[in-house]
Order: sequence, then C-alpha cells, then structure tokens
Amino acid sequence: MTAKEALLNYCLRLGDSSLILGQRMSEWCSNGPILEEDIAMTNIALDLFGQARTMLTYAGEIEEKGKTEDDFAYKRNEREFYNSLLSERPNGHFGDTIARNFLQSAYFFHLYTTLSSSKDDMISAHAVKSLKEVTYHLRHSAEWLVRLGDGTAESHEKVQISLDDLWEFTGDLFEMNEVDELLIKEGIAVDLNEIKKEWIKTVDQVLERATLKKPENGYMQTGRLNAIHSEYLGHLIAEMQFLPRAYPDAKW
Amino acid sequence: MTDLEKLEKFQAKIDAEDKIEPKDWMPEEYRKHLQRQISQHAHSEVIGMQPEGNWISRAPSLRAKVVLLAKIQDEAGHGQYLYSAAETLGKSRDEFIEELQSGKAKYSSIFNYPTLSWADMGAVGWLVDGAAIVNQVSLQRTSYGPYSRAMVRICKEESFHQRQGYEIMAHLAKGTLEQKAMAQDALNRFWWPSIMMFGPHDSDSPNTGNAVKWKIKRETNDELRQKFIDKTVQQAEIIGLTIPDKELKWNEEKGHYDFGEMDWDEFWRIVKGNGPCNKQRLAHHIKAHQDGRWVREAALTYAKKQKEKQFPPQPSQREGEELEIRD
Repeated sequence: MTAKEALLNYCLRLGDSSLILGQRMSEWCSNGPILEEDIAMTNIALDLFGQARTMLTYAGEIEEKGKTEDDFAYKRNEREFYNSLLSERPNGHFGDTIARNFLQSAYFFHLYTTLSSSKDDMISAHAVKSLKEVTYHLRHSAEWLVRLGDGTAESHEKVQISLDDLWEFTGDLFEMNEVDELLIKEGIAVDLNEIKKEWIKTVDQVLERATLKKPENGYMQTGRLNAIHSEYLGHLIAEMQFLPRAYPDAKW
Repeated sequence: MTDLEKLEKFQAKIDAEDKIEPKDWMPEEYRKHLQRQISQHAHSEVIGMQPEGNWISRAPSLRAKVVLLAKIQDEAGHGQYLYSAAETLGKSRDEFIEELQSGKAKYSSIFNYPTLSWADMGAVGWLVDGAAIVNQVSLQRTSYGPYSRAMVRICKEESFHQRQGYEIMAHLAKGTLEQKAMAQDALNRFWWPSIMMFGPHDSDSPNTGNAVKWKIKRETNDELRQKFIDKTVQQAEIIGLTIPDKELKWNEEKGHYDFGEMDWDEFWRIVKGNGPCNKQRLAHHIKAHQDGRWVREAALTYAKKQKEKQFPPQPSQREGEELEIRD
C-alpha cells in the first residue's frame, strides 16, 4: 500500500462516517420531540454534511481521477463505504439517537482534537474546523443523555437499553490496520488506542452524571475497515443515491 | 375610560400607522383574529416541513441536500418565531398545537399536496414560497407589532428560499429531456394550488371586513394574487417552462396579466380536509408529538430535580405538588 492509497482511505473513513450519520440525523426533520430539537438536529446534520463534503472532495484530489464529492457519495456501493458501524445504526427512538450520537460524537471530539495537529495540512484544518462543531454535538447529546438518564424512570430505562444495545458497535471505532500504521508513521493519523483512553474517560464522566451504567464489554462487532456493514446501510444509500442512479446522464 | 373611548383610541393609533403592542388595549375580535392568523401561519411553517422533508434523504447532490436542509431549518425557525409572536396574545404554544392537532386550526392547504419528484422542491420554493413572500411583504406593515417584526425577519429568509427553488427549476429546465419534463410536471401540478394560496376572491372572502379597517390585512386576496402572477409569468418564460393556463395573457390596458378561473371546488375540498395529504400531514405531526412525550417529561422531571437540588423545597410545599406536564 502506498502512502497515497492510505491517505485516500483515511479520508473516506472520516468523510463517510460524517455523511452517514448526517443522513441519519436529517431523517429527524419534522419528527423531533419539540420544534427546538428539530432545529438542533438539523443543525447537526448540516455540520456533518459539511464535514463529509470537505473530506470527500479532498479524497478526489488525492486520488487524481477527477472524482467529485458527489461521485463518492452517490456512485459507490455499500462494500465501498468506510463509515463506522455506529454511524449507520437506525435512529430508533430519541434515546437511541442520543445514545448513538453521544458515543460517536465523543469519538469525533477526541479524534479531531488530536488530528488538529496532523502533519497533513488539509486534515489538520478539517479537524480544527470540525472540532468546533463536534464539541457542540457532544454537548447536545451528553446533556440529553443526562436528562434522559436522570429524568423519569421510563426515560432512564429506555436510554439504558439504548446504550446497552449500541455498545457492541463501539469497538469498531478504534480498530486499526496498515492504513493507520503507515499514516501514524508519517504523523498524519493518530493512534486510536490513545483516543480510546480519552473516549472512555468522557463516557464514564457523562454516564455517571446520567446515573447510567456502562455496559459490559462483550463481543464487539467489526467491519468498518473492510467496508463490511449491517444490512441497514444498503437501504440508506439506495435511498440517498436514487436520483443519480435513476438518471445517470443528468447533472444536478 | 369606556370601551368606546378605548376603541376610538385604538383605531386612532392604527390610523396613525402606529403599531399595537401586546400590552396595549385591543378589541377581543382583533386579538382573536390575530391569534388565529398568526398561529395558522406558524402551523403552516411547521407542517410545510413535511412535504419538503420528503426529499432530504433523496436530494441528488450533497450541495442540494445541504441547501434544502438549511431551508427547512429556516421554516422550523419561522414556526418557532411565529408561535412566540402568537403567544404574546395570551395563548400558549401548547394550546395552539392542540388546536392544530384537533383540526380546529388550519394551515395553508398547499401543504396537503404531495411532493412527487425532485422538481417539486423547485416548485415549492419558487411558487409556494414565492406566493408566501408576496403575502408576507404586505404583512410587514400589519398593525400588530410582534407580527409585523416577525414578518420583516422572515421575509429576508424567504427571498433566499424562492431563489433556491427557482435555481432548481432553472437547472432542471436546461437539463436532460427527462429533467425538463420533471420541471414542467411540477409546475403543472403546483401552479393552480399556488395561486389559490391567496384565498378566495375578494367578493367571497369572509375574513376581510375588520381586518382591513384594523390594518391587519393591508392588501386584498385578489390584489396579492395579481402581483404574484405578474412577477412569476416572466420568470417561467426565462427558463422555458409553460404556465398551465391557456387564458393567461398580458392585458396592456390594465397593465396586468389576465388569467383563467381557479378550481374553487378543489380549494374548498382540501380546506375541508379531503386533500391528498391532509390526514397524512396531521397524523405525522401527532405521531411525532406523541413519540416525544416521554422525552419532554424526562426533561421537565430532570429540570425539577436540578431545581430542588439548588433550592430544597420546604416539607409543606412538597405535598400535593404536581409536575406540570403539557402535551
């Protein structure tokens, strides 16, 4: 594997997780528990799509085959997406969404904090900008996790189940392969073992405030690095890609 | 002061183009009219999120997706802003939402039509927001202060929305044959419902009476409709689309376009709840509201717990104290 191939893959990982989580968040539009939450969740979706566009555009530049952000978003199949397994989990109820976003946003927060000093200028600039956004996303999901966890008996039980159900997808966030090894040596990527230590601290702090139990570490699902996903992703991208696929000659 | 004197003072203020503010005295009928109009305006913004939200997941490019999403977010913001303006008249947002969900309050009938293709995102922005702007520009001069100020702010964003819609239509119209057909089809379906958004002819409009005297309404339905048609016809010509009205013709003498008669049976059928999407839109709103109940309850309970930690209540206050939970 060349450094260029590794960097391309790394950008797709970052871009795809933002894209897929953004698509999920946009599904909340007109479905929020209160109007203010509709607005907040749309905001988060907008930030995530913005992040995805930057990384997918950069991926096109690295690849040097003339691909645009839309070529990456609309013309790849599910076995070519490198988003985290967590990001594609269905929204479920509000508590499921909040728990998923919290686990993913805490990861993004520590990842972008460290990537802010990446030796790749584009990645470091992207991390600096995204960090501001994911700081808000983390705060939004953490505050809601606390409200739901320490709210009513019903909300406590519901969101505890959400966390328990999602936990098996968190191991996937921290897996690494030769792409990471190569880019860590170049000072471009970060060691996800280090990110994991910080992530656990954040999770522990917030769960304590939320009076929620951290789920046991059982078997962890895996797949992101090899673009192996749940069945949900195929449906998500089929819907997302419908128009460019149905009208291949059209420009939008 | 007698009621008559109050009324005279109120009318004098309106005649002098001063704004009526929430704490000012106002006739009950004025208050009720505004409560109805502003809340229905707010409901329209909120229900209007659904037909456009229908295409977010399928927007054909990331740029188009972001623009559409930002637009719908603006609509949600308008809804929020208008509910606040309506609340200054002494009724809560929860009460207004209750009226919407029970069918007592209406929202703009245009949102009871389905959005069937991507071109509908263009048609909704161009025509529906375009028609809304004509009405809202006029309402910037409405006599009730909070409503007037809400309109000033909302108009700024709506003009972006109309341009966004027009951009989609223009782009499709110069695209492939299929794209152009998609744009024309959207125009065909949305044209008549859009011009009916201004409401019945002045001769058949029951709510105009005092609304004009009190300067809630500054221009009549027919005047506003004519303005919209006059500015939209040329926009269609520029991008090579045809407005589906054979009687549409420039009238040199009047300086306006003449146009065909609208289908008022269809208009009233939809107002009465029998449009293609009336039931779907309300059911969607009710479901989201009900699904969110446990979340709202949790937030209130949490807030109460926090408050109690800060200010522990006296034992006598605790007894019988109920959480106020509204749905």
